[in-house]
Amino acid sequence: MRDASPAKTYALHIGVIALLFALNFVLPDYHQGLFARIMTLAVFAMGYNLLFGYVGLLSLGHAMFFSAGLYGAGLTVYHLGWGVPEAFVAGVACGALLALVIGLLALRTSGVAFMIVTMMFAQVFYLLILYFAAWTGGDQGLVIQQASRVIAIGGASFDLTNATVRYMSALALFSIILLVTLAVVRSRFGRVLVAIRENEERTKMLGYDTVANKLAAVVASGAICAASGAAYALLFGYVGSGFASVQYSILPLLWVLLGGAATTLGPLIGTLFMYYVTDITSGFTSAYLLIVGVALILLVLFFPKGILGSIRERWLGWLP
Amino acid sequence: MMPLLTTKGLSRHFGGLRAVDGVDFALMPGEIRAIIGPNGAGKTTFVSLLSGRIRPSSGMVVFDGSDITAMPAYKRVRLGVAYTFQITSVFANLTAFDNVALPVQRTLTDGRTNGQVRSGVMAALERTGLADRAGALAGQLSYGHQRLLEVAMGLALKPRLLILDEPTQGLADSEIDNFIMLVREIARDATVLLIEHNMPVVMQLADRITVFNSGKILAEGTPGEIRANAEVQDAYLGATHG
Repeated sequence: MRDASPAKTYALHIGVIALLFALNFVLPDYHQGLFARIMTLAVFAMGYNLLFGYVGLLSLGHAMFFSAGLYGAGLTVYHLGWGVPEAFVAGVACGALLALVIGLLALRTSGVAFMIVTMMFAQVFYLLILYFAAWTGGDQGLVIQQASRVIAIGGASFDLTNATVRYMSALALFSIILLVTLAVVRSRFGRVLVAIRENEERTKMLGYDTVANKLAAVVASGAICAASGAAYALLFGYVGSGFASVQYSILPLLWVLLGGAATTLGPLIGTLFMYYVTDITSGFTSAYLLIVGVALILLVLFFPKGILGSIRERWLGWLP
Repeated sequence: MMPLLTTKGLSRHFGGLRAVDGVDFALMPGEIRAIIGPNGAGKTTFVSLLSGRIRPSSGMVVFDGSDITAMPAYKRVRLGVAYTFQITSVFANLTAFDNVALPVQRTLTDGRTNGQVRSGVMAALERTGLADRAGALAGQLSYGHQRLLEVAMGLALKPRLLILDEPTQGLADSEIDNFIMLVREIARDATVLLIEHNMPVVMQLADRITVFNSGKILAEGTPGEIRANAEVQDAYLGATHG
């Protein structure tokens, strides 16, 4: 942050949240549903960005944290009949706990070894889901019935299958995580994380236990990704092993790279961009992945720091 | 008076190379000590053993009465052993402010200082004459300013022992004069141990000088004694000035 101006920064973030709120009332049904999905998955991207963008740790296994939340919430609803709030908390707790264990083991490595170790753990997680198909539904997955996806608060009840309730729930989660991320990266802890990314050896010589700080970041990242997974299960009613596959470890990396690593709003922009490029091109041709690929290559060539990262570098140095 | 830091039989071997070989060393509180010696004499390895960046093969390090031989580097920093790097290693992509904020917030978290991050940072930057560059990215500062920033970071750690590894390397003559004044000021509340090649700087600053050669202490004494020492003349001074 070259020009620290908290007022401008907070105004921008509140403005983005307000814009997303307003969009609920103008978007056609189809796009309203798509936006709810994008906001939920942008939370996944924000969790990934905390570790990749700010700490500089490239994980290829974040699908396991997303699906820990997905299954943590989905299975407690499906098998134990838990309510929505309890199931959500269970999902986040599963992700945080898993991240703590994986972090303790994987942080003994760095660089390429860290990528491989996280990828292997995620693969183990994926295979465990298939192995315990009796509970998880295996590759068929489980559908969570509408009746289980209703939140009762006092006399009122909110049906998460209702388009507006779903949109607002996704927006609420997105807003909380966005503001939490912003607060974290502006905090003392955030400053230490960036210092570790820039030069870990130097950070140690300033008196910081870098391993403990990295572990805290892995747990925070895992918990945020699990919150996204738990919300996905509860809002869209489907829990499946596909979300634990390697594809879902690569996707958040792509979203973050596209939007701009180490920018607070980059994950949203990257997720939004990827979803709409895929959506629009698949309307024209069945070879839409080819076009997506070309778009990605062009972006990396001309905007190596991602959309928001390049904007920050060229014009708006104050963006967090 | 009890020494602030002592080493007993401190050694570090890299394969067959005895980089530091059975060194007994003592540093009194408040002194400015210079370590000199030819290239490859083991000076940087020795101070790296003191700061904890590398582990000794044998021997022990005692700081303020307690054995810190097995203590990781970050904990030694919290005890008050600060180290500034030989090769400038400020955080190039962070502002000068953020560079100094990292050590300041560390001492605040540990309860070694009170107050706000901002005022602590600005105090350290003012002391090194960098206050007007607070918002600049460290990587865009001139080389001399980066060295000063490195010192500001060391100062902000509130060290009891500040280890400076070739601090005047790459500084212009005009900057060196300011630097000498700065070290004298630092030495009012901290002990300073510096590795230095620039002999005029060593002679002006140091209370005592330790001469290293082949991983061992060759001689130790006041600047006058070292200047007069024939062995040192042969091993080092003669070679440099001859």
